[in-house]
Amino acid sequence: MAQATETSRDKIDILHFVKANIRDYALLISLLIIMAYFQYSTNGTLFMPVNMTNIILQNSYIVIMALGMLLIIVAGHIDLSVGSVSGFIGAVAAVFMVQWKMDPAISVVICLALGALIGALQGYFVAFYRIPAFIVTLAGMLVFKGLALTVLGGASVGPFPKEFQLLSSGYVPDFTTVQLFGQPFNVLAMLIGVIVTALIIRANVKERSNQLQHSMAEEPSMIFLGRNILIAIGFLGFTYLMARYRGLPNVLIVMFALIVLFTFITTRTTFGRRIYALGGNEKAAKLSGINTERLILLTFTIMGALAGLAGLIFAARLNVATPKAGLGFELDVIAACFIGGAATTGGVGKVVGAVIGAFLMGVMNNGMSIMGIGIDLQQVIKGVVLMLAVFLDVYYKQKAG
Amino acid sequence: MQPILEMRDITKTFPGVKALTNVNLSVMPAEIHAIVGENGAGKSTLMKVLSGVYPDGTFTGKIMFEGKEQKFSTISDSEDIGIIIIHQELALVPLLSIAENLFLGHETAKMGVINWYEAYARTKELLAKVGLKENPDTLITNIGTGKQQLVEIAKALNKKVKLLILDEPTSSLNEKDSDALLELLMGFRSQGISSILITHKLNEVTKVADRITVIRDGSTIDTMDCSDGTVDEDRIIRAMVGRELSDRYPPRHATIGQPVLEVKDWSVYHPHHAERHTIKGVNLTVNAGEVVGIAGLMGAGRTEFAMSLFGRSWGQKITGSVKLHGKDVDVSTIPRAVDAGLAYVTEDRKTYGLVLIDHIKHNITLANLEDVSKKGVIDDIRELQVANGYRRDLGIRSSSVFQKTGNLSGGNQQKVVLSKWLFSGPDVLILDEPTRGIDVGAKYEIYGIINKLAEAGKAVIVISSEMPELLGMSDRIYVMNEGRFVAEMPVAEASQEAIMRAIMRS
Repeated sequence: MAQATETSRDKIDILHFVKANIRDYALLISLLIIMAYFQYSTNGTLFMPVNMTNIILQNSYIVIMALGMLLIIVAGHIDLSVGSVSGFIGAVAAVFMVQWKMDPAISVVICLALGALIGALQGYFVAFYRIPAFIVTLAGMLVFKGLALTVLGGASVGPFPKEFQLLSSGYVPDFTTVQLFGQPFNVLAMLIGVIVTALIIRANVKERSNQLQHSMAEEPSMIFLGRNILIAIGFLGFTYLMARYRGLPNVLIVMFALIVLFTFITTRTTFGRRIYALGGNEKAAKLSGINTERLILLTFTIMGALAGLAGLIFAARLNVATPKAGLGFELDVIAACFIGGAATTGGVGKVVGAVIGAFLMGVMNNGMSIMGIGIDLQQVIKGVVLMLAVFLDVYYKQKAG
Repeated sequence: MQPILEMRDITKTFPGVKALTNVNLSVMPAEIHAIVGENGAGKSTLMKVLSGVYPDGTFTGKIMFEGKEQKFSTISDSEDIGIIIIHQELALVPLLSIAENLFLGHETAKMGVINWYEAYARTKELLAKVGLKENPDTLITNIGTGKQQLVEIAKALNKKVKLLILDEPTSSLNEKDSDALLELLMGFRSQGISSILITHKLNEVTKVADRITVIRDGSTIDTMDCSDGTVDEDRIIRAMVGRELSDRYPPRHATIGQPVLEVKDWSVYHPHHAERHTIKGVNLTVNAGEVVGIAGLMGAGRTEFAMSLFGRSWGQKITGSVKLHGKDVDVSTIPRAVDAGLAYVTEDRKTYGLVLIDHIKHNITLANLEDVSKKGVIDDIRELQVANGYRRDLGIRSSSVFQKTGNLSGGNQQKVVLSKWLFSGPDVLILDEPTRGIDVGAKYEIYGIINKLAEAGKAVIVISSEMPELLGMSDRIYVMNEGRFVAEMPVAEASQEAIMRAIMRS
């Protein structure tokens, strides 16, 4: 009898928890449904190792910029210039490496610094002169689009040196020559996958035991277990697919490291906490002794550097810098954050959400292209998905009171 | 005589909570009916039922107005028959003029084209009725809160009001403006308009109300008739809190020590009007263990003084010196002021005090994240312990420290703001209207906290518009008027009359 009431109470707990976190689950479930749908409608092409690798390569720069954009949106601002800035930095990189024959490593460092400087410049006007970020970055968008054209002289510049191309087209080399199903199998990739999965689960378990010890665990144990199993399946399955093709792309390593870093920044550091406070109530944050101006400046600087990195990755991937590079990227990046649950009013948003949001768009792009859906219809469908995601957000918030 | 309004057996439940249980309320024609009760007692919910915010069918019970049963499905249904509610947070558009606000949604227009002559003429008429001498062209943002309240009432008059509901109308008004507002209600009464007055200020209730209904925990406790002479503040408080409150102010045991804060020749100019000299050469000393009150009318410059002192968060061209423990300190930015040991608890906790979308834990540590982190990485467990500690010590009533501060009652929100500043470890606490909009029980708790701070040797400055509170809480009182300290008196020599005299004479 006691057992029965216990279980029914557990059930209520689980239901309650799911309800309270419906937004996060809805996002993840949508991604899974969309992936399942495209897996079916592309006759299994979606989950082919080569296609999975492609999705990563195609979306890495969007994901990377979404990390910085999330900080900016949480802080209550927006950056419309990221597409142009990434294009401009790609163009500068081409001039450095192709036209001036500069060393790729030095060029990359200068380009990242230049990106950060551009971000800082825009952030300066937003933070210290209180010009709305929408205006400042709209201006920036025009300026850097124009400057990209100027730098390139209106033409495409390429190809890049081999070392630089490796940023996007390189893979972490394997130390074995194992074959699986008559094809090479990248053991190192699989090994890294297993280790990373183990580390993540270990960190989760450690955090939970800490929470239990201080009775602050809100998540029911069933959900915790389910979540970790899902993480394990996801990561192991993903690295298995990667290993069946050419292993882990360099850019995946960079992207993953950044995702981990930004998750840490937003959830565990004072810097992250202050950004949430700033977006949640700027006046209260300021009166609490938080240097809000410096904080805004910093978020825009980080965004600029990430836009620069994205520009480099994109240029390396195409192996040429074109005046059209970066066109419209800002829309995908901003959409990723909002699909991922960030609030337009600031103060709310998660890194994981933005990453899932970016991949949701990426999988849709990829799936629809394989299915042969025209670019026109693709735009319509993506627009509807963005609208739907934000609508559900608002709808559930109103329902919750 | 038949009541103009009768609410019978109103029961309203929210998921998991019974907000109102069989509440009864009747209001007579030409009556001022006060509703009192602690925060969260259900007063606002009852008014939302009455005004149609919660449509018919979402609650049980009957609403009779002028003898007919009413079923409101929207707010405009109740407005159409003459029930008008004026909310605590005023619903005026700051950058529109008085006239534009008065007729917003009911413009004096033909085919969508506004007749401004008619609008202005009628605005002047309506403003005269509420005793407001302002140009209809004046923007709302340029008149004070007291006058804004009058504009709201004028707006209600325009809608042919029969029953006017005022939710905490005087909570942000000074005594003079409050009195004017209450006079106005009495004027309406003689014209046959009934009012429902929701307020925490019991002296107002006993002054103007004909009858008083006390609500506690979602039920009607009592309806008292003020004409029979047995109603006084103590009886109302007893009914509100359900127990005796022997003393409105807790006993004080602090011993006063050395000077902690010394401000000399503090002078500040208005941030937008560089020629307006707002604070004129203020000198102030606060000793360890002392509670110093700053009295004054609204607009005397008290908040402006406090904020200019606190990291120059208000004003420009600030001059003067600040000493802490006898040493000159730099308080030119908020972080420096906090580091020096200053804390300022704002008068407007929702706008300046809390991140309402975030939970209690994050709000409490916000001003001192350094103490729960190492090298910029937050120690979750330590932060939780800190938050739980303050939740327990200050009696913050909530399900846990993970509750959003936006969902807390005013008193508990104030305790969160206080916790935040206590955790920053200040030597000097400036509390600006610390009990505004807070019920009697929570006020008592806040007073207790203030006393404990003084006992711990902190220097406390309390700014308040409620003179009894200043007299009950302070050791010494400065009186401020038009940017100057016009008097200083130990509390033994102070009285409401003495303070008013000092203001009037200056």
